[in-house]
Amino acid sequence: MHASAATAVKDFNDESRARLFRIDPLMLLATVGLVAASVYILGSATQDDIPGDPNYFLYRQAAYAGVGLVLMLLISHFDYSRLREWKLGIYTFLMGSILLVYGLGVSARGSKRAIALPFFSFQPSELGKVLLVVSLAAFMVDRIRRLTDRETTSRMVLLAVIPAMLVIGQPDLGSGLVYLAILVAILFIAGTPWTHFVALTGLAAAAIVVVLIAAPAAGVEVLKPYQKDRLTAFLSPGENQGKEAYQINQSLTAIGSGGKTGRGDEATQTKLDFLPEHHTDFVFSVVGEEFGFVGAALVLSLFALLIWRALRTLTIAKNFYGALVAGGITAMLMFQVFVNVGMTIGIMPITGIPLPLVSYGGSSVITTLMAIGLLQSIHAQARETAAVKRL
Amino acid sequence: VYLDNERRPTLTPKLAFRVAVIGGVALVMFSIIFFRLWYLQVLSGDNYVAAARENRVREIKIEAPRGEIVDRHGVALVENRNSLSIKVTPDKLPAKRTDREEVYRRLGKLLRLNPRKMERRVERELKALPYTKPTIKQDVNPNVVAFVLERQDEFPGVEPERESLREYPHGVIGAHLFGQVGEVSPQELKDTRFSDVSAGDRVGKAGIEAEYDRFLRGRNGAARVEVDALGNLTKTLRRVQPVQGKQLRLSLDLNVQRVAQQALAGGTGRGAFAVMNVQNGEVVALGSQPSFDPNIFTKPISQKRLDALSSEALGKPLFDRAIQGGYPTGSTFKLITATAALQSGLITPSTPLSDPGSLTVGGVTFENAGHVAHGVLSLIPALTVSSDVFFYQLGRDLNAKGMPLQLWAHRLGIGRKTGIDLPAESPGLLPNPRWRDDLFKKKLTDRPWSVGDNINLSVGQGDLQADPLQMAVAYATIANGGRVLRPRLGLRIEDATGRALQELDAPTARRVKIAPETRNAILEGLHGAASAPGGTSTPVFQDFPIPIAGKTGTAEHVGKADQSWYVALAPYPNPRYVVAVTDEAGGFGADTAAPMARRILAALFDVKETGLVQGGGAPD
Repeated sequence: MHASAATAVKDFNDESRARLFRIDPLMLLATVGLVAASVYILGSATQDDIPGDPNYFLYRQAAYAGVGLVLMLLISHFDYSRLREWKLGIYTFLMGSILLVYGLGVSARGSKRAIALPFFSFQPSELGKVLLVVSLAAFMVDRIRRLTDRETTSRMVLLAVIPAMLVIGQPDLGSGLVYLAILVAILFIAGTPWTHFVALTGLAAAAIVVVLIAAPAAGVEVLKPYQKDRLTAFLSPGENQGKEAYQINQSLTAIGSGGKTGRGDEATQTKLDFLPEHHTDFVFSVVGEEFGFVGAALVLSLFALLIWRALRTLTIAKNFYGALVAGGITAMLMFQVFVNVGMTIGIMPITGIPLPLVSYGGSSVITTLMAIGLLQSIHAQARETAAVKRL
Repeated sequence: VYLDNERRPTLTPKLAFRVAVIGGVALVMFSIIFFRLWYLQVLSGDNYVAAARENRVREIKIEAPRGEIVDRHGVALVENRNSLSIKVTPDKLPAKRTDREEVYRRLGKLLRLNPRKMERRVERELKALPYTKPTIKQDVNPNVVAFVLERQDEFPGVEPERESLREYPHGVIGAHLFGQVGEVSPQELKDTRFSDVSAGDRVGKAGIEAEYDRFLRGRNGAARVEVDALGNLTKTLRRVQPVQGKQLRLSLDLNVQRVAQQALAGGTGRGAFAVMNVQNGEVVALGSQPSFDPNIFTKPISQKRLDALSSEALGKPLFDRAIQGGYPTGSTFKLITATAALQSGLITPSTPLSDPGSLTVGGVTFENAGHVAHGVLSLIPALTVSSDVFFYQLGRDLNAKGMPLQLWAHRLGIGRKTGIDLPAESPGLLPNPRWRDDLFKKKLTDRPWSVGDNINLSVGQGDLQADPLQMAVAYATIANGGRVLRPRLGLRIEDATGRALQELDAPTARRVKIAPETRNAILEGLHGAASAPGGTSTPVFQDFPIPIAGKTGTAEHVGKADQSWYVALAPYPNPRYVVAVTDEAGGFGADTAAPMARRILAALFDVKETGLVQGGGAPD
């Protein structure tokens, strides 16, 4: 080794540039596109929400997106494989933060989901989505020689269901369901036998029967009444005149009235507040109303691009851990996009799941950008390994 | 399957398949979402645009004030007054029953109403007319309205509304004519007359208000406003100004009406009058005593007070004696008997008949009032001195084939509605053989028709029921030579400044054939009755500057005071007006009714009276 200091600096710069080059540009494009769309949409949709402060949500979402994008780039430069070693710490942190909410959480609309921090209220169940992917994948890798064992599947189910149940109890049904989707994806990518999935489906069906029918009959209410209403209202929005049916009808009216190219400033469903939660859960309805089929299709295309690139990253991961993490994150994104968009167009129940990157909310935006950072890291690491091999 | 995490994983067929499955799921989901969006936005977009519009746009009714009602000289009789009422908007009331009851409890305390009753009434109204705003209380003090407006969180769904209410500046004067205005009923809404009225609108319910509702009713305006999800108004999109209803000019003369009501109030306080133009049927005054102040009906009225207005003890102020009071008319009926006798050829104006003071028919003796005997006399002096025995003989002889007395009475409008432009008229009763025989068959009376019934009818006693307006029409028919007029109050429709928009046509009159000799003889007899020595009302009218033809009447009531009548035609010999007055317990016609008629005539012809005339004269 006779490398001078100057060469070292040059090598470092080259390597840094090379690594930046190794992240997936299409994924970056989709990410930045969605973030930009979010800021633009919120800017127009929330003008009248807070009297005297028309840009309240706009500025905040832009700040969250800024923080999230920086974190994403930092994480993409970091070898995700190291996280495997920290799995116990991560999992403990995940459980601890969820339990902390029960102790210190602040209430918002009847549920305790967040912990108040100086600048914003932090929602552990959102960050938990990434933490669960990272730790669950690590636990799976530990049993790499017994992936198809029944015991492996049982352990993984237990590891995911416990935090999921705690989150549903906050109550945050949506995040709990995302945890379960992550579990299924990681098992699926790890090669868990089909028979296990069949058995799990049976168990899930039994659990639903118990929660929705048997337990109430016995006098035990597992889900809050509004959660049950939400889950069933979408089946018959016309006759069900509750708050849930109202939300669905207003959302359908908003999206439908958008037509081909949208109503722009005439988007009265949003501007006159008929559309509830238009900056969070129903932000896609705003897209549909203001920008019509064209706008909705554009946003969906960006999501499709993102999911395609995530799946591709999965297939090129340099190690098994990377593939599992990529699979978990893909499932997390897909599940949230489909359930959220499905809810706004009346084909899915209302579960309180945000639209990743687009819905207003610091915890959700930053978590999602961190997850995409991990995907980029997996992508970059795979490219780097391939480059090393070629040498 | 990987055997070691750190070994470069190759894409095994199994993993490739599973990734493909995930990709496939994503593809299917995206397709479903795209198709659904296409369906919602492109295929059914228009429906949702309409739904969004329906969400944000509300129509708010702006009530049009009704047209005013003025007398023949343009003096306002019925006006409008702005008031505030408290209404509830059902869909803004709290959904929870206990919360709703709390709102009613607060309202009850504020408005001094029973909360339970209030809630029940609102629910009843909503059942009958859904989608309306039931009125809790009309004509509310502005301070109370301000109190509610300042505390909308305590009174959700309670809203004040500006309403235009009727006002009657002259109180009791003409009270029976105007009728009331009220919210249209569900039954009325089905009627084609109210085809352009919507629930909650107010329409004429009685009297002139009902009869001329289509003119008086204005066209409501509307404001199209945009509201947000909470129902707060964000902007007004379009405003259609309400159009006030048209003004109605009546033939009524407020001054004559007032004098007439005051004259009647000076008697026993129970009676009625009608003053009509004998040429065209225009009603100059029409009233009933005791009267009431219609202003009380524009505010909520207690049942107790309402009962009092119909109570016998107070003389049933709501009862319109002028068009509903069925009375025997006493000798004023002799004009009709004379017409029947002359026109049927029973007598001529010069046929002499003997009046020995009484007439006995079928064992029953009919006597003159005051037991006087007038001797032999013809029709004209018989009318002048009001010889009962003269007319008893006509009544006896007219009880013949074809019943000419009933025929002529019917032709002159007795026992039937006059057709005046007021909805609540009653026909009265003209006794005839078939009527009594039917009653007898049904065992509702103790005897069938007899000649005595016709003798009683010939002098306006017995079962006859007629009101002052019917008598006015009968007298007018003789005066104008055979036109049975349909009295009318409505003269013309005009704009708010009094410019004519539409003259209301005089209703066509029925014609009866009356020979000029008949008319002249009767009028001469009646003129004598008011001016010749021995005339029944000569003492009352001898110094009156306008020559009149008038007939007194005294209707007998078993066990009660006599009812006083007077019907006058003036000026003689070519009358323009007929005045019919009755006082239920006023004694002889000349005692009370004739002086009342004189006061009315003085007002009608602008005669300056120096003092009140005392009643008195011969019994009739």
